[in-house]
Amino acid sequence: MSSLSLHYVVPGDDFTRAGEASSDVKNKLKKLGYNSDAIRRVAIAMYEAEINMVIHAGGGEAFVEVSPQNVEIQMVDHGPGIADIEKAMQAGYSTAPDKVRSLGFGAGMGLPNIAKYSDTLKIETEVGKGTTLYMTVLANR
Amino acid sequence: MTVKEVAEKLDLSLLAGEDGMDREIHGCYIGDLLSWVMARASSGDIWLTVMGNVNAIAVAALTDAACIVLTESAPLDEDARTRAQQQGIPVLSTEMTAYQAARRIAELLP
Repeated sequence: MSSLSLHYVVPGDDFTRAGEASSDVKNKLKKLGYNSDAIRRVAIAMYEAEINMVIHAGGGEAFVEVSPQNVEIQMVDHGPGIADIEKAMQAGYSTAPDKVRSLGFGAGMGLPNIAKYSDTLKIETEVGKGTTLYMTVLANR
Repeated sequence: MTVKEVAEKLDLSLLAGEDGMDREIHGCYIGDLLSWVMARASSGDIWLTVMGNVNAIAVAALTDAACIVLTESAPLDEDARTRAQQQGIPVLSTEMTAYQAARRIAELLP
């Protein structure tokens, strides 16, 4: 399997288009014959990150590097940043507005799900500047 | 048991995604919070929910659910219908509550 570099723009404030990047990555990994558990974990972690970008940051960008060993994902936004990472990582903690909750999101599970499904997760965030997530999903856990 | 067979036995009406009606069903999951469902639903599940928006279709696709059943006649958004049709994910509708539907499904699944 050769390696693959992908780049996506995640549109801001458009819930109907959130998930396009993760769906596309899912389909590409399927075609590559990637491990199905790894595909599922990549898809969930990326979709949650996309939704976070739409809810909180007015969109952003996704960079994905696929190798036979792992999938490395960078999710970059220039939104408000995360003021309290410790709280944000707690399941159930959410700052999402009611409009978002009525869509079935904002349950405070985005970052916890991302942490659960990725093998490594690093978050760089600065209030007022933005947030970058670095996630890695191993092909074989 | 396929989606089609369950749909016939429970008298579910098909709203979109007939291309996926031959999918085999392995289980059932109930939930409306999409992040929760995304973390816990399994491949091949019938997913009972009241969320008929386009994000629900994305969650069904990402978790590889066999189909969505909108309980208590919950509405399906137009863009969700289009997406389900494109992706071949059956969306079915029933007047039953999730509890009533799940009881019927439990009788059918081994």
